Amino acid sequence: MATISLTVNEKQHAVDVDPRTLLVELLREHLRLTGTHVGCDTSQCGACTVWVDGKSVKSCTMLAVEADGTAVTTIEGLARNGELHPMQAAFHTCHGLQCGFCTPGMVMSAADLVRRNPEPTEGDVRHWLEGNLCRCTGYHNIVRAVLAAAETLRAGQGGAR
Amino acid sequence: MSGQGMGASVARREDRRFLLGKARYTDDIVLPGQTWGVFVRSPYAHAAIRSINVSQAAAAPGVLAVLTGDDVAADGLGGIPCGWQIKNKDGSVMVEPPHPALAQGKVRHAGDPVVLVIAESKAQARDAAQLVEVDYDPLPAVAHLTDAVASGAPLVWDEAPGNVCFDWHLGDAEATEAEFAKAEHVVGIDLVNNRLAPNAIEPRAANGHYDAAEDRYTLYTTSQNPHLIRLLLGAFTLKVPEHKLRVVAPDVGGGFGSKIFHYAEELLVLWASKRVGRPVKWTSSRSEAFLSDAHGRDHVTHAELALDADGRFRGLRVRTLANMGAYLSTFAPAIPTYLHATLLSGPYVIPAIYAEVKAIFTNTVPVDAVRGAGRPEATYLLERLVDKAARELGIDRVEIRRKNLIKPDQFPYQTPVALEYDIGEYEATLDLALKAIDYERFPQRRAASEARGKLRGFGISTYIEACGIAPSALVGALGARAGLYEAASVRVHPTGSVTVFTGAHSHGQGHETTFAQLVVEKLGVPFDNVEIVHGDTDRIPFGMGTYGSRSAAVGGSAIVKAIDKIVDKGKKVAAHLLEASVADIEFADGKYRVVGTDREKSFGEVAFAAYVPHNYPIESVEPGLEDSAFYDPKNFTFPGGCHLVEVEVDPETGVVQVVECAIADDVGTIINPMIVDGQAHGGLAHGIGQALLEEAVYDSEGQLLTGSFMSYCMPRAADLPMFKVGNHVTACTHNPIGVKGVGEVGAIGVPPAVINAVLDALAPLGVTHIEMPATSEKVWRAIQAAKGGVA
Amino acid sequence: MKSFEFHRPQSIADAVALLQGNDAAKVLGGGQSLIPVMKLDLAQPEALVSLAAIRGLKEIRDGDPLVIGALVTHDEVAMSPVVRQRIPGLAALAGSIGDAQVRNRGTLGGSIAHADPAADYPAAVLALGATIETDRRRIPADDYFTGLFTTALAPDEIVTAVHFPVPQCAAYAKFGSPASKYALVGVMVARTAGGVRVAVTGAGHFVFRIPRLEAALNERFAPDVVGSGIVDPRDLRSDSEASAEYRAHLVTVMARRAVQACL
Repeated sequence: MATISLTVNEKQHAVDVDPRTLLVELLREHLRLTGTHVGCDTSQCGACTVWVDGKSVKSCTMLAVEADGTAVTTIEGLARNGELHPMQAAFHTCHGLQCGFCTPGMVMSAADLVRRNPEPTEGDVRHWLEGNLCRCTGYHNIVRAVLAAAETLRAGQGGAR
Repeated sequence: MSGQGMGASVARREDRRFLLGKARYTDDIVLPGQTWGVFVRSPYAHAAIRSINVSQAAAAPGVLAVLTGDDVAADGLGGIPCGWQIKNKDGSVMVEPPHPALAQGKVRHAGDPVVLVIAESKAQARDAAQLVEVDYDPLPAVAHLTDAVASGAPLVWDEAPGNVCFDWHLGDAEATEAEFAKAEHVVGIDLVNNRLAPNAIEPRAANGHYDAAEDRYTLYTTSQNPHLIRLLLGAFTLKVPEHKLRVVAPDVGGGFGSKIFHYAEELLVLWASKRVGRPVKWTSSRSEAFLSDAHGRDHVTHAELALDADGRFRGLRVRTLANMGAYLSTFAPAIPTYLHATLLSGPYVIPAIYAEVKAIFTNTVPVDAVRGAGRPEATYLLERLVDKAARELGIDRVEIRRKNLIKPDQFPYQTPVALEYDIGEYEATLDLALKAIDYERFPQRRAASEARGKLRGFGISTYIEACGIAPSALVGALGARAGLYEAASVRVHPTGSVTVFTGAHSHGQGHETTFAQLVVEKLGVPFDNVEIVHGDTDRIPFGMGTYGSRSAAVGGSAIVKAIDKIVDKGKKVAAHLLEASVADIEFADGKYRVVGTDREKSFGEVAFAAYVPHNYPIESVEPGLEDSAFYDPKNFTFPGGCHLVEVEVDPETGVVQVVECAIADDVGTIINPMIVDGQAHGGLAHGIGQALLEEAVYDSEGQLLTGSFMSYCMPRAADLPMFKVGNHVTACTHNPIGVKGVGEVGAIGVPPAVINAVLDALAPLGVTHIEMPATSEKVWRAIQAAKGGVA
Repeated sequence: MKSFEFHRPQSIADAVALLQGNDAAKVLGGGQSLIPVMKLDLAQPEALVSLAAIRGLKEIRDGDPLVIGALVTHDEVAMSPVVRQRIPGLAALAGSIGDAQVRNRGTLGGSIAHADPAADYPAAVLALGATIETDRRRIPADDYFTGLFTTALAPDEIVTAVHFPVPQCAAYAKFGSPASKYALVGVMVARTAGGVRVAVTGAGHFVFRIPRLEAALNERFAPDVVGSGIVDPRDLRSDSEASAEYRAHLVTVMARRAVQACL
């Protein structure tokens, strides 16, 4: 067992883990943050996407011990005081989700994109989302949502995040 | 009503829990005392099991039980049943082999479950599973249809000579022969409909809990139809009465057909829970899903179309081989028969049709419904054939369709393959789609693509489908072993808020919103005062679940029927309160009014009176305001439309990109346009995936070569364009809402449009045929072959 | 995944010490190659030695050669102003690896140590004539890749940096697998001080050069110099995603496109 300490959604945790524990297992099973999902075992689907030190990563392809000393943000940490992040809000208004299973990873990935590139084109969005699979939406409304959220954020309505 | 009734694009109320990461999927549920199950599955496609040694595994840390087929047999668990029995041409019944929950004696496909290991943790269960020693004697295997029907092919089942499950037909052979005999033109085609893995992004999972104190079982499962699972567990597999069984399908991360069926894992976690005295959870990995979720499609077809001198369709004959896999999944036999051959008339007048379908066992995962289920196969062969006929006869692709479409005044239209279409305006959707894609300017777009070194093609498909499955008596006569009605219960609370319990299940369809819109429309109550409950057999009276685009047409209609009973009862209460006769009370916009007066009582006031019956017609009306309805549809519903696609092909690499996709559908009355469009988008991605990217490929020994997302290509955002979705509504004539269904239209209509577009792009090079998926290598090879090259 | 011991040494020397005499130990960089194969039990190391706590492996040093530390991520290379200015083709290659999340974790050192036959970086390392710096020596790219998933590295040897000579021009043309995003065929063409170098990844059992084509391009650097038949399909891989014949054809097309991009 290894003891690691990390911050998850701004809360400090010290956890004993078997080194083979994946970050997503730490989040889901140890910390019971079940918003982060597992949809494959070959690092393709992106349902497990979280931010580690501010960058989107696949938490199924990272050992929990590698997250020692980092700050992790999951979908549960994105909304503030019950107010949806502009990306979450845009997914809602644009109908960018159906079954909801890919949604947390999709939102985390898309929110990372618009931080890096505040003015993405449709092509930028489609290219960036290569690491996230959705079977329900045909991506049409996801792309619309990301473009809409980027616009909201540019207009400064989403605060500084 | 504040714009939240029928026809409003109300944003989904269920979104919030999904967006906040607070949804509850099956794998999210951890019960007190939870244990974990892991399956040992066969690495062989076909093998005899000589022996199983579980001693090391049983002694491994944390292991609570290691269970085999012998344990399943000893405890008398039933085999996994098939829900549909097909009759052969000669009237005899199909071969229906046993399907033990864990393999007994033989394994028949790679991934067949052999041993269940249960341990304190998932890691311990996985570790112990690797210690199970199974001694296999490998046997010759068959995976491909053409191999399985070859003489001397290995037999999957000794009781199925030639690997034939059934040999079935539909239509009038003689009349069809007569049409072919006098036809001016006959156009033939040989096609493969590629095998698909369903790949809902949420893998299947099941968590079983036996409560010894109550002698009662609870199953949390990733299901599209919890009551059906309870029915099959109760009557066939676990064999306990329904009141001892609760099946919960909580939030479910997509189904696409694959979560309709009763799977062995659902039975086994319940049974194992009783054996170990604690809840047992199993969650599929994606690799495991590829080897255990039922696949779809997998047809090999020869079809011929007879035409007269004017290009009018006169006859169609179709011979199809359909892969069943190694065992018969829940609805498997119905898919290539009553959901396929019955659709062969498409939206066209074809005087005579004859279809023969042979279902074949192979050493592969069972094949059953995947989004569209039978209807995509029918549409694909028909639309490929129509395009080929247009080319061979020199008729414009749009005109040959226009010429043969059933005209609005021909409805109701009886096809030669059993169905009676109630209504449709197929030319209207054709024109709408052509306008949306700006068909007139296609030559200019083609020239612009050419200037960039790309070949551009235009593809069309006009299609119909049958949804809203189904009239119970009809499907019963056709071999279904269940009724296919839907149930709903509507509970009006004393202050006028409403809870609806529906037997339909939402796993992405948005019922919590659309069904609430129905209630708003019918009762005039505020949207926020309506709650929709689904997915729990303890809370919902009954249900048949969600598949085949049936939820709105059948489930929604059941809700409307129940609401009608509520409204009628309310009229009696209102009549009493308003001191009028019941016949003079009308209900509209949430108010009971005496006709022709301004005397009225709100729905809330009537509800309150029903629960506080101080001034109440107690002699003739019971207190309370709650009612249920079972709705059995009178007919299928028949959505239809036109799907148009433009592709660009890179002639150097063979890469195909869909650059335009415009569709116009008639899905009947629309409850929520935003959700209807979203369903169409998803189906289109699925259909484009089938046409260009997706295929479950087995080698000839029965090993799945595309067993992960590394090799099975799922459509990604960059593979798809923005979709142009239009609608032209004719209301379904026989259900109370007028809805037809939308969940599958894209998967059904678009694949032939994509391939027809690819062939159009390649036509100048002399390419006339390509199979799905039209991968870059296939396109490149077709180009090389047309050039007379070595490829 | 099998159990293993996890180490996070503070220095290269400590890391090497942990690897020495322990053939069942593996180095962990960003984990984007190693963890997937461990999850599927295709690799079962008994110990993992993480390089994450070692200083000095995460730097990009400007100059000629341009030196990129082993732990620099694909995204950092793709976004680096220095790399984008000095060797834009290398930045573009890094930006084409996997997907955004993989690029945020995957590292240069990890990629070339793993030496996946379909990885992108080996094409850049070989085409640019880079030098691989390890804890104990420098290995020229031409001697580094030795086979399928195999390199000249000793079992206890750790890649610390890669030195990329700055070319006149370099471009990478990739035909990615639509499913996995790995290269079915990737061709890097570089005009270097020592002449044109062409490296092909994805197509063969490991990355390789095409001397005949390089010679022809040294004569005249133009796309039409790249003829068909520049590689023999019998030397290439064939699998469910692409046949050897198709891969051979794609080598020609991608090489032509890379040359075009270099003009």
